[in-house]
Amino acid sequence: MLRPKKNLLLSEIGDFTRFVVRFFREAVRPRYEMQELIHQCFVIGYKSFSLVGLTAFIMGLVLTMQLRPSMVHYGVEAEIPAMVGIAIIREIGPVITALIFAGKIGSSIGAELGSMRVTEQIDAMEVSGTNPFKYLVVTRTLAATFMLPVLVVLADGIALYGSFLGVNIYEVLNFRLFYTQVIDNLAYYDVLPAFAKTFFFGFAVGIVGCYKGYYSTKGTEGVGRSANSAVVMSSVLIFILDLLAVQITELIWHTR
Amino acid sequence: MKTRDAVIEVENLCVVFGDHVVLDQFSLNLYAGENLVVLGKSGSGKSVLIKCIIGLLRPDAGRIRVLGQNILDLDVHALDQVRAQVGFLFQSNALYDSMTVRENLEFPLRRHWLQVTQKEVDQMVYEVLESVGLEDTTHMMPAELSGGMRKRIALARTLILKPAIILYDEPTTGLDTITALEIIELIKQVQLRYRTSALVISHDMKLAQTAAERIAVLIDGKCYATGTYAELKASTDPNLRAYFD
Ligand SMILES: Nc1ncnc2c1ncn2[C@@H]1O[C@H](COP(=O)(O)OP(=O)(O)OP(=O)(O)O)[C@@H](O)[C@H]1O
Ligand SMILES: [Mg+2]
Repeated sequence: MLRPKKNLLLSEIGDFTRFVVRFFREAVRPRYEMQELIHQCFVIGYKSFSLVGLTAFIMGLVLTMQLRPSMVHYGVEAEIPAMVGIAIIREIGPVITALIFAGKIGSSIGAELGSMRVTEQIDAMEVSGTNPFKYLVVTRTLAATFMLPVLVVLADGIALYGSFLGVNIYEVLNFRLFYTQVIDNLAYYDVLPAFAKTFFFGFAVGIVGCYKGYYSTKGTEGVGRSANSAVVMSSVLIFILDLLAVQITELIWHTR
Repeated sequence: MKTRDAVIEVENLCVVFGDHVVLDQFSLNLYAGENLVVLGKSGSGKSVLIKCIIGLLRPDAGRIRVLGQNILDLDVHALDQVRAQVGFLFQSNALYDSMTVRENLEFPLRRHWLQVTQKEVDQMVYEVLESVGLEDTTHMMPAELSGGMRKRIALARTLILKPAIILYDEPTTGLDTITALEIIELIKQVQLRYRTSALVISHDMKLAQTAAERIAVLIDGKCYATGTYAELKASTDPNLRAYFD
């Protein structure tokens, strides 16, 4: 039988959009699953904290060591803290943390909901007087939205400390002085948009993980695919959102 | 026609996925207190049928009344009230992986907004675990249980709300013969002890023979025949003979 081939990308975008709209509709309507939300915030934060901390530390350290030769070449090594500070706060902290978060949390949400779907646990919740969309999707997405900014703030701090140690490999710099240099060089339009975009990154990771898991197809292979495509799709979304964020920031503050 | 009250009435149910007609004008009644087994081969739409009955799937046409309520017209709240009186044993058990046995059992109690004290909850958990013979598993995770134990815990979870009707989706599939017999025995005991009506979906003839008071055969999306085991076994219809030989 010949049928016009369905455009897969378009229908995926359509399904995803419908899922996001449903999220907002269900999120504002009561019964609010506060207990599960708090539990998920704890689980998500706890699961990713050590990984985020470790990568942030290495990032700060390595970035500083890599920057140093060029800075010395131009005789501006005194500007290292300022420069690293901008790079970490505005871009590297949020984006790298979000990507790690997508790998860790996006995949685990995708796999968890996927296996709940294929073993009928989601149906079982529904017949037990529970709206599974609220109980599973809304709580996890909100938890990811709120926890990523917290993790990014922690990661920024740890990365800056890594950078401080990186500077100290070559010269002795007082910790206080290092931080003063970083802070003095930051304007509110460096910090605010960078912080604001992390909410969107967190939301993207949470909703994509839930979307992929919630509509997982039968079989354990389907679960693996959900987890995998959750990471791919949310990583791409993070970059797209980052691009949008920088455009919007420029429009508002004319930072160029 | 018998004078017993029907607790589930399914009338002219049609379910179509794409161009695949799964149920086609399917009609069946479940009467109070009876054990009815619906036989059908794999993929004939048995799971689809009971998912429609509990409101997990919306049929394309037809009428379903459960305990006198037309479930296709109910809002979420009213539907939940009907569901609280109907137990559903899933084909894959559907135990929550992230919860202990005890939390699994408490989940439906807490979610249906029942006003119960912790003491009553403990009592109910103990009682249902005792009915399935697994009192000492409360702190175990589902992953630590064997297949037969998981089936029993899943049954305990459907029993905890003292349902008037229990829907079983292939309760013996995937179990060895001995465990399957134990589960069949349990289903019969549950019916006696809790006075439930049961709709059992299966392709297990042993189950149909030992647990069914009445059997319905699902062929090509229609309720092809109903009757007792002896009546159907005596039939000369070739479609039925395929099941009984
Ligand atoms: N959500 C769905 N979307 C599309 N097709 C479906 C869906 N659910 C079931 N089907 C189709 O409906 C048919 C009946 O499925 P069902 O799960 O009811 O079979 P079953 O009788 O329970 O079989 P089994 O004994 O293997 O469990 C199958 O052909 C299946 O492919
Ligand atoms: Mg089935």
